[in-house]
Amino acid sequence: MIVNNGILNNERWRLNVGLAEMLKGGVIMDVINAEQAVIAERAGACAVMALERVPSDIRKEGGVARMSPVRIIREIKAAVTIPVMAKARIGHFTEAQILEALEVDYIDESEVLTPADEEHHIDKKKFKTAFVCGARNLGEALRRIAEGAAMIRTKGEAGSGNIVEAVRHIRTIIKEMRHLTILGPEELVHEAKLLGAPLDLVEWVAANGRLPVPNFSAGGIATPADAALVMQLGAEAVFVGSGIFKSEDPEARAKAIVKAATYFNDPIKLLEASEDLGMAMPGLDISKLPEEELMQNRGW
Amino acid sequence: MQNTRKKLVGVLALQGGFEAHQRALDSAGADTLQVRTVEDLNRVEALVIPGGESTTMLKLLGYMNLLEPLRSFAGTKPVFGTCAGAILLATEVTCPSQNSLDVIDMTIERNGYGRQIDSRVAQIDFPGGPMEAVFIRAPIIRRTGPDVTVLAEYQGTPVLIEQGRHLAATFHPELTGDSRVHALFLSKL
Repeated sequence: MIVNNGILNNERWRLNVGLAEMLKGGVIMDVINAEQAVIAERAGACAVMALERVPSDIRKEGGVARMSPVRIIREIKAAVTIPVMAKARIGHFTEAQILEALEVDYIDESEVLTPADEEHHIDKKKFKTAFVCGARNLGEALRRIAEGAAMIRTKGEAGSGNIVEAVRHIRTIIKEMRHLTILGPEELVHEAKLLGAPLDLVEWVAANGRLPVPNFSAGGIATPADAALVMQLGAEAVFVGSGIFKSEDPEARAKAIVKAATYFNDPIKLLEASEDLGMAMPGLDISKLPEEELMQNRGW
Repeated sequence: MQNTRKKLVGVLALQGGFEAHQRALDSAGADTLQVRTVEDLNRVEALVIPGGESTTMLKLLGYMNLLEPLRSFAGTKPVFGTCAGAILLATEVTCPSQNSLDVIDMTIERNGYGRQIDSRVAQIDFPGGPMEAVFIRAPIIRRTGPDVTVLAEYQGTPVLIEQGRHLAATFHPELTGDSRVHALFLSKL
């Protein structure tokens, strides 16, 4: 084991990583009000994510997307017993302070909302509350962990209903981690420079072959098959945003995705979960989206 | 251990901290199997029900008709529940009331300490020396039946209990390097 005086020895961070461990194999569902939160819990969600609008609506309506209204978060907290997460804008540390004062269980510093700072993320070590952050590659994931994130989710492309970016990001992170495991100590120093990530975390990944926090997947999951796909590729749980409440029958789809996250390696059970679901949310061809409309490029 | 064959211990892998338990059982000297079906359950000699969300696990147990098979498993073989797993083993659950496996005679209160901000690491007394106990949105055991032995307490309530071959902890021994609780469970096989 590598001796470390950074985030890896921080007791509060360990507790927050512990909560992320307890969410593995589960589905975290985006909800915009208490009514949706109750449906999500009833279907078997392991947590809910409170936000103002689901990503597909943010994409459609444009404008500035901010932290969810406090009243809505309070109502969601009162309505369910599972953990409640809420999104703060990238770099918006006072939104995070308010969410901490509200005692949400996890804060998602999220590219789905309009960034508040185009250079810096929140210094998450200053908070007791757990943070999850998005990442497209290993360097981004390790920078967020160094800042104090206790869970990483691959970004995918939120609100697209298209799994292609989520697949790209999970494959990239897994491949980059595998690469580190075959390098010698002097090569890791060079690799840390290329990744733009702290050496101690690079050494940890090289020694363990995984991230020091759970690695979940998000952005574009719309079907039970999508959830199982990213989990077979190495994701340990999934976030589903627009995919549930923008589909024809949200409760049936929510249940089916919960089953798929548990039985991701069992084709017969995936078949059962995929029957009679109604229409999925409409999807977008990401190659036709202009670069500036991609949410995944937010975050530094 | 004089027996060269390692015991095969199942870890219920519907949702939650099952991988951390596999690592802890491995270092305590057992082989492990992720249990998601009745067929998996039939292969193992003991079962760990991990932490996670008890409501999610209950839903999946219901969807997959696993409640009765688990109850009959516990009728003959050892089961160890941590956190949400302890909630599932209890005879009575409060805050709110919910269904359970009725294995260990206790009343357990969900999220007894509060939300994640109230999660904590504490030192508890354990036979053989103090133990680090990680409590994460942990439940509190409010009542134990006459057949239950309290093995460890924190702030005046039981946090590790046994009833015959079964064990329950409201904290997470799988999240520290200390495998004494897992070794205790394996001694019941």
